[in-house]
Amino acid sequence: MEAYIAKLIGIFIAAVFVNNFVLARFLGLCSFVGISRKLDVAIGMGISMTFVVTMSTIITWPVYHFILVPLKLEYLSIISFILIIACFVQLLETVVKKFNQALYKALGIYLPLITCNCVVLFVTLLNVQDNLDFLSSVVLGASSGAGYALALILMTSIRERLELAKIPQSLQGAPLTFIIAGLLSLAFLGFSGLIIG
Amino acid sequence: MDKTKTCFKTCFMNGICAENPTFRLMLGLCPTLAVTVSAENGFAIGIATIFVLLGSNVMISLLRNWIPNEVRIPCYVLIIAAFVTIAKLILQAYFPVLYARLGLFVDIMVVNCIILGRAEAFANRNTVYASIADALGMGLGATLAAGGIGAIRELLGAGKIFGIPVMGSINPAIAIILPPGAFLTIGFVMAAMNLINSAKAKAKTS
Repeated sequence: MEAYIAKLIGIFIAAVFVNNFVLARFLGLCSFVGISRKLDVAIGMGISMTFVVTMSTIITWPVYHFILVPLKLEYLSIISFILIIACFVQLLETVVKKFNQALYKALGIYLPLITCNCVVLFVTLLNVQDNLDFLSSVVLGASSGAGYALALILMTSIRERLELAKIPQSLQGAPLTFIIAGLLSLAFLGFSGLIIG
Repeated sequence: MDKTKTCFKTCFMNGICAENPTFRLMLGLCPTLAVTVSAENGFAIGIATIFVLLGSNVMISLLRNWIPNEVRIPCYVLIIAAFVTIAKLILQAYFPVLYARLGLFVDIMVVNCIILGRAEAFANRNTVYASIADALGMGLGATLAAGGIGAIRELLGAGKIFGIPVMGSINPAIAIILPPGAFLTIGFVMAAMNLINSAKAKAKTS
């Protein structure tokens, strides 16, 4: 039991720090570059992202192991997972709109964007490929969302301060964002010694 | 005939230069950065992208008058997912070594914004012929970008080009083939392109 908990903590640390999904695995870069301008927006996106990834792993794991595997339809995993994610995001948007207007106003714009974020699909497929058990899958999902949120919030804070700095014209916008991401990623390389066997 | 020919050429060149998906539109960055530790990987993911883009563009352009407008995005995603599955099965069957290296990044092409973006912006309102040109141009633009970044990283990070050592006794900078190198490379390449473009614009006005 203790060994199992240690394994879960290991998965969490690996996904958030060592193999951060944005800075080490290059996932979700489109929104990472596009959204990292305002801190409150970044926080909203990070929270909705974490929620959607966790829920998607909770739904896709049983679908794969109890429907696709018994029917020998494993090769349909990409198609079925993207459908599940798209439907889930749509459903979530409708439910939130109906029951919590304040939350909908805060998250409304970001929810549809998440369908096309590669982190979600990647994590669900990774769970299946590595043959993780249910609890490990959910922990991996939640921590990958947390890793995305961490990277996005760090990046936004740096960019907000750079607003006032003088930047050479050709570096403005995307090029500088990538160079900052490179430096952040270099810093995160320092965590690679943390991997727990 | 002449008109369709010029259209083919402009659509094709559009993707390579003026609207290069990677450097100009900044779409589909995830696979471009993740697998480009060598030129070979870069070209491989690029060719897979061309295959899926061609398939989905042709299919969507053929079906554009039948797909209801309200549910078009789910339809596009399903068509794209089908072609990605085909590409994945072909890679697994005939190029297992390459698939092992590219891994899940082939699967992730489903949510590659280049492919969905072209479906939405081009294939659903143009003929099949123009869509083929657009797919080839955009795909080739992405391939050249991925291959170019791969070549730069391989040269600086491993001292090789296409697996052949060229740097002699100079020690390569390993950081360039590690994740930070990908961000730094694309950042500096984009900055260099901006610099060249602004110099060109200046030369034109003066």
